[in-house]
Amino acid sequence: MAAVRPHIGRERPSGGFELYSWYFFRVSGLLLIFLAIGHVVIMHVINTVDEIDWQFVADRWNSPFWRAYDWLMLFLALLHGLNGARLAVDDYIRPQGWRVLAHSILWTLAIVFLIIGSIAVLTFDPSRFETLAQAGG
Amino acid sequence: MQVTLRIQRFNPETDSKPYYREYTVEVEPTDRVLDALNYIKWYQDGTLTFRRSCAHGVCGSDAMRINGRNRLACKVLIKDLGPKITIEPLLGFRIIRDLVVDMEPFFAQYRGVMPYLINDEPPPVRERLQSPEERAIYDDTTKCILCACCTAACPIFWTTEWLGPAAIVNAHRFLFDSRDRAAEERLAILNQKFGVWRCRTIFNCTEACPRGIQVTNAIEQVKRRILFEQS
Repeated sequence: MAAVRPHIGRERPSGGFELYSWYFFRVSGLLLIFLAIGHVVIMHVINTVDEIDWQFVADRWNSPFWRAYDWLMLFLALLHGLNGARLAVDDYIRPQGWRVLAHSILWTLAIVFLIIGSIAVLTFDPSRFETLAQAGG
Repeated sequence: MQVTLRIQRFNPETDSKPYYREYTVEVEPTDRVLDALNYIKWYQDGTLTFRRSCAHGVCGSDAMRINGRNRLACKVLIKDLGPKITIEPLLGFRIIRDLVVDMEPFFAQYRGVMPYLINDEPPPVRERLQSPEERAIYDDTTKCILCACCTAACPIFWTTEWLGPAAIVNAHRFLFDSRDRAAEERLAILNQKFGVWRCRTIFNCTEACPRGIQVTNAIEQVKRRILFEQS
């Protein structure tokens, strides 16, 4: 049996946020299809997991194009997923306190992962590792 | 042929929770589910409660869950269902008794979208003319009979207070009417957080509609209209 719903009044307008969030869904989803297919083809069809090693990644990330490609995929997938989870939270978590907590956890995790991922993609410098390896070995 | 109807019963005055009762009735394969329900009510158990008015698929009163799908009892033939039929009230609403649910939240959302023509311009000498092409744009959404099959099939409506497919269909009917002048106000209502953006294009509504309205398509048309007019 469904719970009794309070009378539904006019709520405040969303100010366009939901509109752009929906639009972002559509655009990011479409881009991710191509980005993810490209990723799978390169990593699992053309090359196999056995061939992929540190050197492979180092060579690939020598090109700013592939760094941008991977960062774009990270950015879009994280925010696309965050957006979906945000809507699920709005749907299922009714008490205000729990909802704020869930949103806080979601946004924090997404931002932390985005920062960690961005640092990895942007600051990765193979030559530094090689120097370190030589110094160590 | 003999069919067994497993019907969800609930009387809030005597029952703590809904339960199922089975009835066996003799029907023609071409009878409708509503005929079987009427037979039970008239000859077997007068306490069985359900809504029906026109009995011809136009008034939208007898929407219920038949074998797990929202349908009109007056439009479904026994031969299409088999000998065992499960009948339950629509999901997402408070049960008043047996198959009768409280439709007020549904109609509150419907009223919220201003489901009537708004035009303050002085009336012309004759009618407000509309070309067949202009009429065709919203033809599909004029077919709604407010039975709530779509809205009660929407998983988002089960958990969240939002407009629901039926209210959007009726908003679409006036939003895309060339004679209507309240597009801005209508779009503002539909663009709320719990307006069209709750829709995840699950398509349950389109599948449930006994009138064959392309509900999800109408909702997407509204979303695109908001996108193009607000940006």
